[in-house]
Amino acid sequence: MAANEITATRLIPQAPHRRLLHGDLGGRILLGILAAMIVVVPVLNLMVPADSPFHVSTYAVTLMGRYLCFALLALALDLVWGYCGILSLGHGAFFALGGYAMGMYLMRQIGDRGVYGDPVLPDFMVFLGWEKLPWFWYGFDHFWFAALMVLAVPGLLGFVFGWLAFRSRVTGVYLSIISQAMTYALMLAFFRNEMGFGGNNGLTDFKDILGFSISAPGTRVALFMASGLALGASYLICRTIVRSRLGRVVTAVRDAEPRTRSLGYRTDRYKLWVWTVSAMLSGLAGALYVPQVGIINPSEFSPLNSIEAVVWVAVGGRGTLYGAALGGALVNYAQTLLTAWLAELWLFVLGALFVAVTLFFPRGLVGLLRRRGDGS
Amino acid sequence: MSWLETTREVMRRDQVFDLVRPAQSVSAGLDTRHGPILYLEDVTVSFDGFRALDELTLYIDDGELRCIIGPNGAGKSTMMDVITGRTRPDHGAAWFGQRLDLLRMDETEIARAGIGRKFQKPTVFPNHRVVENLELAMAGPRGVWSALGARLTGEGRDRIDSVLEEIGLGEAGHELAGKLSHGQKQWLEIGMLLMQNPRVLLVDEPVAGMTHQEMDRTAELLTRLAGRHSVVVVEHDMEFVRSIARQVTVLHQGAVLAEGSMDEVQSDPRVVEVYLGE
Amino acid sequence: MQRNPGYWRLLVGLLLAVMVCATVHAETDDTAFAEQVAALNARSFDDKADAARAIASSGHPRATTILQALLDSSLYFRVIEGDVVLAEATDDGFALTDPVTGEAAGAATQYEVRRVVINNAIRGEVRDLLARSGLTSDDPSVRREAVRQLLDNPDPAIAEQIGGLIDEEPRADIRRDMALVLGLSRLQSEAAADRLLALDSLRGSLADRVRNEVRTLANDDPDPAVRAEAAQMLAGIEERRELWGFAEQVFFGLSMGSVLMLAAFGLAITFGVMGVINMAHGELIMLGAYTTYVVQQLMPNHIEYSVLVAIPAAFLVAGSFGVAIERGIIRFLYGRPLETLLATFGLSLILQQLVRTVFSPLNRRVSTPDWMAGSIEVNAAFSLTLNRLYVIAFALLVFLGLMAIFKRTTLGLRVRAVSQNRAMARAVGVSSARIDALTFGLGAGVAGLAGVALSQLTNVGPNLGQGYIIDSFLVVVFGGVGNLWGTLVGGLSLGVLNKFLEPQTGAVLAKVLVLVFIILFIQKRPQGLFPQRGRAAAEG
Repeated sequence: MAANEITATRLIPQAPHRRLLHGDLGGRILLGILAAMIVVVPVLNLMVPADSPFHVSTYAVTLMGRYLCFALLALALDLVWGYCGILSLGHGAFFALGGYAMGMYLMRQIGDRGVYGDPVLPDFMVFLGWEKLPWFWYGFDHFWFAALMVLAVPGLLGFVFGWLAFRSRVTGVYLSIISQAMTYALMLAFFRNEMGFGGNNGLTDFKDILGFSISAPGTRVALFMASGLALGASYLICRTIVRSRLGRVVTAVRDAEPRTRSLGYRTDRYKLWVWTVSAMLSGLAGALYVPQVGIINPSEFSPLNSIEAVVWVAVGGRGTLYGAALGGALVNYAQTLLTAWLAELWLFVLGALFVAVTLFFPRGLVGLLRRRGDGS
Repeated sequence: MSWLETTREVMRRDQVFDLVRPAQSVSAGLDTRHGPILYLEDVTVSFDGFRALDELTLYIDDGELRCIIGPNGAGKSTMMDVITGRTRPDHGAAWFGQRLDLLRMDETEIARAGIGRKFQKPTVFPNHRVVENLELAMAGPRGVWSALGARLTGEGRDRIDSVLEEIGLGEAGHELAGKLSHGQKQWLEIGMLLMQNPRVLLVDEPVAGMTHQEMDRTAELLTRLAGRHSVVVVEHDMEFVRSIARQVTVLHQGAVLAEGSMDEVQSDPRVVEVYLGE
Repeated sequence: MQRNPGYWRLLVGLLLAVMVCATVHAETDDTAFAEQVAALNARSFDDKADAARAIASSGHPRATTILQALLDSSLYFRVIEGDVVLAEATDDGFALTDPVTGEAAGAATQYEVRRVVINNAIRGEVRDLLARSGLTSDDPSVRREAVRQLLDNPDPAIAEQIGGLIDEEPRADIRRDMALVLGLSRLQSEAAADRLLALDSLRGSLADRVRNEVRTLANDDPDPAVRAEAAQMLAGIEERRELWGFAEQVFFGLSMGSVLMLAAFGLAITFGVMGVINMAHGELIMLGAYTTYVVQQLMPNHIEYSVLVAIPAAFLVAGSFGVAIERGIIRFLYGRPLETLLATFGLSLILQQLVRTVFSPLNRRVSTPDWMAGSIEVNAAFSLTLNRLYVIAFALLVFLGLMAIFKRTTLGLRVRAVSQNRAMARAVGVSSARIDALTFGLGAGVAGLAGVALSQLTNVGPNLGQGYIIDSFLVVVFGGVGNLWGTLVGGLSLGVLNKFLEPQTGAVLAKVLVLVFIILFIQKRPQGLFPQRGRAAAEG
């Protein structure tokens, strides 16, 4: 009896927030790398002279900043796919919405420096002959409002979509395709000029962010650091979630949803909660991405983008969080390398990645490393 | 003529409009003063013309151990689906105690009100450890936000511990549930039911695929539970039923064919005909 | 009865023509005709007009060509010889043609020839002459063209002549158009009573010009009775045009729906029967379309038959790709639908890029055979395009074929057995692996057929199939998974819904609305329009 008591006591995780990274080697490595990058890269860019071999160009900083945004998107996706079993083929929509919210702020910051010099209306509205700002552009001249919308808009879309889908028990491939349809519909809608988001061309020609020139190296470095911090913080948030009882319920939903329901859990609410959080994190990733690439347009909604994000997660290793983040950065790095070398080849490689990961490496890179670790 | 019927329908004394009924709150608690804890009356369920349950009427007493047997397609699983809210009957009444109308509650409400179910196919959470399985099943708040901050209390640990002991999995507490043997999974599932602290346990084919030794342990476990809980066991294995049953109900074609002790039931010519004849 | 005189005239005319052309008569005719042509270059405009009249009344086969040339200012005379020629500008001067014989008559520099000059009076008269000769031509298609011309460019003088010709016209459709021309011109009559009669004669027509004229009368006619009559008629016309417009929208919707349906059949089989989502489905459609293109390239002289050859070819090409996909990838992933989805998506990327590399990223045009071009004109407000009609018919044929396969063949029986209970089917000796491969091949082959149909409606490009996976899936889900009837009804009704939304909202928003509609629909009826029956479905 006593022995059992000890067994049980020792085995049940205690106070999740106090031992967040307990046994999470991968997570520690990830956070370590991030911390190192946040410190070292700015130094190498700003302090080291340009002719030194250790100098990191501003272009490279921005590129890395983008990878970090993709890693954050992958992390958000892994939260729903890896832990909740919901394969979303529409997370690009949340990413893009976050990006658009940030883009709208950046557009308003242009002020009268646009081609047409209108102090309030962005160029494309003047071009379309619009008289006044549409109501949904109000407030985006304040950064705090835009920052709020970056989370609120994707969160709201995620909430409504999830509420409809989970309540009527749409699961599996049905949910996947419906989520793809969602992003597809949004893409079509955003292509329309009448929507008031710049139509085909989207939002671009940004000048300032918070009063700093968007093309200045200092701003670029700051954006890179912000992306790194956001990724690190989001990792800790996700880790908290999956380590809590909520995380265990969600995993239980993934493995045996009817059983979880018969235990008295409202599984749809759990799924909705995680789904909405994931949508908001994706929005954050999009918002950090847009100032670094300097443009947001409807092609960000294209179903291909969303499904590519899925393959990042799969390549990295789903259900591990850090693996997903790793996959997001690595696959995009590979894409940059390959596109520069042989652009045509990239789609073949990407396609082959999809097939190979599902057929041969279902646990992704993390699974491979772990197996290697066990073997030796 | 028709207005007369309408008036009669409206004036019926045995029914009131939904709006007059008091809103039902699960916390109102169970009322079993009259004996039975589960009332199923005239429950009919049909799928595309096929009547899975045909005016089934069944009462389960508080603290009773009841075995329900019957050939395939007799409606045993459908009956459990109705009680747990997975299937809505075409008509009929299903009450939990005298206050809770099961037909007005959804699956999770019923589960929280105190009816636990073990599925025919053992379903545990394979990627959770045994103790985590039990922790998830433990009675307590089920909200999302409370789950986010939930921590296991000392009492909770004691409870898990005692259930582990009860289902005989004390040694396996640290293992992943997916790695358990078939029989162990069945026990774990019963353990999860116990963690819910239910008043009624619905146990669907608990010994399917078990060895004789395991069967004996299961029989012992279920008999021990009766009294503290009402236990309803659906089972095919006659030998097993004989070993635990005090009261047996035979279902056939969606209705009760016979009821009584095992001996009474087995000597009933209709039952013999259903199982052997035709 | 009424037609007899016309037939006689036609018959006699033909006989005469055959006989006359072959005899000496022709030669003397040509000489006289040549003189008349030469007279076109007379000094006075009066003489020129006389010559033109003579030419028109000569009945010579070259008469219309010459008069038309006169109108188009391509009739010249040689400065030195003084004879009249047809001239066509080339890089360094003119290419000449003998006006009477139609044979080439050498070349000339721009200094050697002058244009035959005419004034506006002659131009008007020649136009009349041409129209009249067209109206009396023996060739019905020439007559129809002449009448059509009059409908578009009304000319009161000629229109009145039609009054005399109308009773002799043998062809009913031409008579109808003639009556229109006549009625339209009489709408301009002085007397209100005549205008009323004319209005009455136009009753029943839906042509644009009739509507415009009647509207003018309804607004501006001095006579109140005519105004009232015209207004009433206008209302009738508008109502009927609306009705036909509705019919047209239904037709467009059905045509779009049949494409959706064709695209969805393949998916209905692979998803409905096997529970596998093949994201490369759209690319199999694309392969079918490219097969059509290649077949056409291989037999450039037999475009008419190439489509017929392409149908089995596309089925085989897409089908064998399907079998390869099933054997190579999908069979390792049964029971893991999400993984299947990812792997086949990767495949779709590879196939797209493959086509881009092998062919080109640019769109290719597949030409439509003659027998599929054109349209059936029901009336002025409604016509059926033939290629769309063929696609609808083709979709229905494919549907019937599939139904027959599933209901009547042992393959169908086995497929249903495997889809319902894999283990049991295997136990009774059905090789489930083979059935899987065949079913998948069948679904893929049908996707190829959809590609053939699509290639007749749009250009063929690497991205052709991309959009169809979502559409097809929605059709399948909307109609009810595992049910070909559902796919048929789902496809057609979504097509029609889309086409009815389009005029109000624009094509893009219509698509968005349909998507939203289906998402909401699935909320209410997760099993689709035609749910699979039985207890298993209810419990699912």
